[in-house]
Amino acid sequence: MDLQLFLNQLLNGIQLGVLLFLVSAGLTLLLGLMNFVNLSHGTMYMFAAYVAAQTHIYTGSFIIAVVVAVVITFVAGLIIDVLCLHTMYDRGHLDQVLVTFGLTLFFNEGVRIVWGPGALQLPAPQPLSGAVDLGFGLVYPAYRLFIIVVGVLVAIALFLIITRTRAGMIIRAAASNRTMTSAMGTNVPLLSTLVFAAGSALAGFSGVIAAPLLSVQSGMGDTVLILALVVIVIGGIGSIRGALLASMLVGLFDTLGRAYFPDVFGLFFGPTVANAAGPALASMLIYIFMAAILVVRPQGLLPVRERKA
Amino acid sequence: MTAPVAATSAEAPVPVRRAWFASASVWPIALTLLVFAGAALYCQLAGKTYLLAPLARIMIFAIGAVALNLILGYGGLVSFGHALYVGIGVYSVGILDHYGVVNGWLHVGAAIGVSAVIGLLVGMLSLRLSGVYFIMITLAFAQMAFYLFTGLTVYGGDDGMPLSVRSHFLDAIPLKNPYVFHFVCLSVLGITLILMQRIVNSRFGMVIQGARINERRMHALGYPVFQYRLVAYVISGVVCAIAGVLMVNLNQFASSQYLHWVISGDLTVMIIMGGLNSVVGPVLGATAFIVLQEVLSAYTDRWQVVLGPLLVLLVIFAREGLVGLFVKLGALFGRRRGA
Repeated sequence: MDLQLFLNQLLNGIQLGVLLFLVSAGLTLLLGLMNFVNLSHGTMYMFAAYVAAQTHIYTGSFIIAVVVAVVITFVAGLIIDVLCLHTMYDRGHLDQVLVTFGLTLFFNEGVRIVWGPGALQLPAPQPLSGAVDLGFGLVYPAYRLFIIVVGVLVAIALFLIITRTRAGMIIRAAASNRTMTSAMGTNVPLLSTLVFAAGSALAGFSGVIAAPLLSVQSGMGDTVLILALVVIVIGGIGSIRGALLASMLVGLFDTLGRAYFPDVFGLFFGPTVANAAGPALASMLIYIFMAAILVVRPQGLLPVRERKA
Repeated sequence: MTAPVAATSAEAPVPVRRAWFASASVWPIALTLLVFAGAALYCQLAGKTYLLAPLARIMIFAIGAVALNLILGYGGLVSFGHALYVGIGVYSVGILDHYGVVNGWLHVGAAIGVSAVIGLLVGMLSLRLSGVYFIMITLAFAQMAFYLFTGLTVYGGDDGMPLSVRSHFLDAIPLKNPYVFHFVCLSVLGITLILMQRIVNSRFGMVIQGARINERRMHALGYPVFQYRLVAYVISGVVCAIAGVLMVNLNQFASSQYLHWVISGDLTVMIIMGGLNSVVGPVLGATAFIVLQEVLSAYTDRWQVVLGPLLVLLVIFAREGLVGLFVKLGALFGRRRGA
């Protein structure tokens, strides 16, 4: 097996995993904290990419684009939560699904109205546009490496905030017993609004840094949303450690599966069948993986230890 | 034979059961079917044949929504992946047609068989979980099929593939004729509605509803809730697949768009628009949804930008749907039911 290709794919997998973690972190926290299903989470990822691409057109600066997009998605998260979602926390899951589905339709169509049906491009910043030699003859795009580094830093920061600070302690407390946390004097509705906005900003951040690798277009958030849902199911709802582990697994499984599965498949069924069905089946791998996890551990790999009153 | 005898205990008063076709609840169904039959007559008399296509779409979506409502409304299980079954119906016809099989009975047989097997597998995995997990896993399975068929270039992949010819059932019922197609859809809708009415009022349906209201109690009473739910899930999937067969015959085009999660969402929206707690509610919802879509798209291509916020408002303020509205109006005019 070609070692360089393998290492390359390994890094790609880690990079996808890092992005997935950033998206699913906000989603899983909100699920754990408020038992709230947010199907519009992916739209923040998309919306931020659009905002960043537009800002980049005006200013030409990648850093300003990132900052503007993150701030705007944070504010958008606040507005959406206060306007539409706040009355939804006490409703059933069906209502939550429908409201956030409505928001997704609105945003997917809204960006097409504002920015047109064509895809936008957000170029990677100039110093990162080249490739880096990592030794072993492995040459890797600098920007993808940048995503891994930044993603890991953000993940560590998030992890420290959740596990080591007072704010994180309150979030974890509210996730494990909301009523008691509220009785101890924490404003849980306000907390959930802030977590929602922070989660939106995090999804927005990952949308922006992923944008140079993709084309910015309507519906780009749906793909990542589904992957984030898979991550959450595998990791265990509300569990940030579970999300981290599961997003890495999903990222690696998906990337390596797409790279090698068609070849392996071809060994058994011959090249013609493998060429026709291999790539399609490879994209199913993570779902099969998820199903397998669910059979063995329905509560997810690293579930939250829950204490009920 | 006469009406089934309800299971009654010695102490409880024996409820008066009429034959299903004589019970009051059958009138909404009869009225619904009459309206759609009358609509076809109107199209013929007024020469507006072009209205038959949207009418057929309403009926097909209504079939899917009524089927989904069995587990969503009555069972309380929010499946957000029923596009999977619509898609199975669509591709049962599409793939067989691709290999030159145009026999409609085979198409329907394949759709029923495949959707039942897939429904059993997906149901067995998904129903192990509840609440949020159930929503997410059903959605994920539907997306899996979406990506599978988007990637399968043999069957058109992303672009989809046209049907060479519509499903062939009998020479006497050419689906090419829009009026024939209309009445085929109408018959399937009628059968579906009567079937659902019978199911939800049967002992089986009562167990499903009981499990929604108090699952623990149903367990305590000794009902194997999982098996009941699984059967309901499979039934609802199979009927959705039949809707898919009609759908692909209407458009003469099979594409992975029918597997997209927006279809699952649309079906759910129709149920909510119509009202969760009745068998015909989803038909009203499907009608309202498609009419709204047709009217809005006459003004703008971007009708979803209106639909989205409308949906948000609907869920926040009008939880009872159109059926709830009718019931309220009925109460306003002093009409009491029962008594």
